[in-house]
Amino acid sequence: MDFALARGTKRRENGRALMASSQEILLSIRGLRKAFGGLVAVRDFSLDVPAGRITGLIGPNGSGKTTVLNLVTGELTPDDGSVIFNGQEMRGAPSFQVCRARIARTFQLVRVLPYMTTRENVMLGRMFGSEPTTPAHAAHEADALIERLGLSGRAGMFGSQLTYIDQKRAELARALATRPQLLLLDEWLAGLNPTELRIGIDLIRQIGREGITIVMIEHVMEAIRALCDHVAVMNAGEKIAEGTPEQVLSNAQVMQAYLGGDDVAA
Amino acid sequence: MAAGTLVLALVPLVASNYVISLFILLYANVALATAWAFFSGATRYISLATAAFFGVGIYVLAIAHVYVPIPLALAAAAIVGFLVALVVGLSTLRLRGVYFVVFTFGLTELVHQIINWWEININKTTSRYIFTDVSNVNIYETLLAAALITIVGSWYVNQIRLGFALRAIGEDETVARHTGINTTRVKVVCFALSASVMALVGAALALRYPYIDANIAFNNTWSFQVLIAALLGGPGRAWGPAVGAIPLLLLSEYLAGSFPHHFSIALGLCFVVIVYFLPGGITRLLLNLYHSWILRSRAGPSGEKMGAH
Repeated sequence: MDFALARGTKRRENGRALMASSQEILLSIRGLRKAFGGLVAVRDFSLDVPAGRITGLIGPNGSGKTTVLNLVTGELTPDDGSVIFNGQEMRGAPSFQVCRARIARTFQLVRVLPYMTTRENVMLGRMFGSEPTTPAHAAHEADALIERLGLSGRAGMFGSQLTYIDQKRAELARALATRPQLLLLDEWLAGLNPTELRIGIDLIRQIGREGITIVMIEHVMEAIRALCDHVAVMNAGEKIAEGTPEQVLSNAQVMQAYLGGDDVAA
Repeated sequence: MAAGTLVLALVPLVASNYVISLFILLYANVALATAWAFFSGATRYISLATAAFFGVGIYVLAIAHVYVPIPLALAAAAIVGFLVALVVGLSTLRLRGVYFVVFTFGLTELVHQIINWWEININKTTSRYIFTDVSNVNIYETLLAAALITIVGSWYVNQIRLGFALRAIGEDETVARHTGINTTRVKVVCFALSASVMALVGAALALRYPYIDANIAFNNTWSFQVLIAALLGGPGRAWGPAVGAIPLLLLSEYLAGSFPHHFSIALGLCFVVIVYFLPGGITRLLLNLYHSWILRSRAGPSGEKMGAH
């Protein structure tokens, strides 16, 4: 079994070859805006996410990255703008519909259900995701995903008993079990040690190769360089740069956002 | 289980009136605690509205029994309970934690006062009489059926997708939503199902009251007693609340008979003891004992001997 659960997306390898000419856009965000009282968390944010690729979303803490993700997944409702997924307007759709439309996510602070076993955690995604099925059938597929993500032997352990990286794996398995076309990772690699980080990067690369489009919010630049074809940079709620990892990381405005004006001037 | 049911169904043939009455209360408590745990135990939306739906059932029966046969009046109570909970649920299940608890507590008082007002100002009365020829045995069989159906139904739901959805909501509602669960629909429908059982039990018990008024129908003690029974038994399994409801009712019957004035204090003490010493309820205690017994008997012949003696 592989992760190739997505339908109608080109394989990443093929996608790379065709990149310049015909770029299929899976998710198109236009003029997104969200304010919390007087604080504008996201301002006129637009982004095209090409199908079958890994897009990075970076920026300093508090720049609005997670808010964008919450606006796309229906956790928050945008004040303005549109979110077109697969040609369909998703703005304002409740989270469960977003999930059923094949957009899955993980959370910045890992969220596994503590009193459910790893297997049950993953089964939830399969039972209620884009292709709902019975618990018995879901259990079967959950076990295959658990095996695939390196959690074998831990299917019967409770979520709360898992180590940090295993919780992250279980959360990712649950997201994949919903059979997404688009996977949104919110700092999935944060807090991993160097060995785990290498495993994690390989895992994300593998998922991408299976044809699932990925948007990853990340602070680990090593991972961004290794995985992303395309990176958008946010600062203070706005997109300030976009391009290949090399392009954006050498951009003066991006350095300024990360390090502050004085450091760049010096 | 079928044999057990048959035995229970035949109890009224040999039992005294007192025993039948005790069993009626027992089944009522079991059904209420199971219905409560079906929703509140799984989702952890702790409801104190049991008395509200219970009272609605009493009033529906008191009004309907004049016009329609008793079975229809009972069905009407269950349906009205379901509908009231549907409306209440749609407007309040977005509240979480203590806000939901406080709201449901207030709900009983709200319904109580509305019915009081309606009776006094519209119907120009404060009370109603219930005249029926329903025997204690019929009430016994009705509540036995209600308790069994609630337990079996609760067990069945635990096995299917809906049960997983309820538990996922209880553990992390945000995750549940983002995993494709229509959390609002699951919560509202299950809250209403649970309420329909409560209303049915209220209506069945009302057949034993010759006279009711709003103060009798909407009594918060029901809400607390049911919650304590469910926690005592352990809400994690379908049969858990029943395991809690039985000793609690027997204890409260004994206390009410022997120390009528200290009954509430004893109930309160039970609650404290459960929360501190039995966080998983009797169910968890029994399962732990069972598991350690299995482990011991598997430990070999010597272990088996130790287990046997």
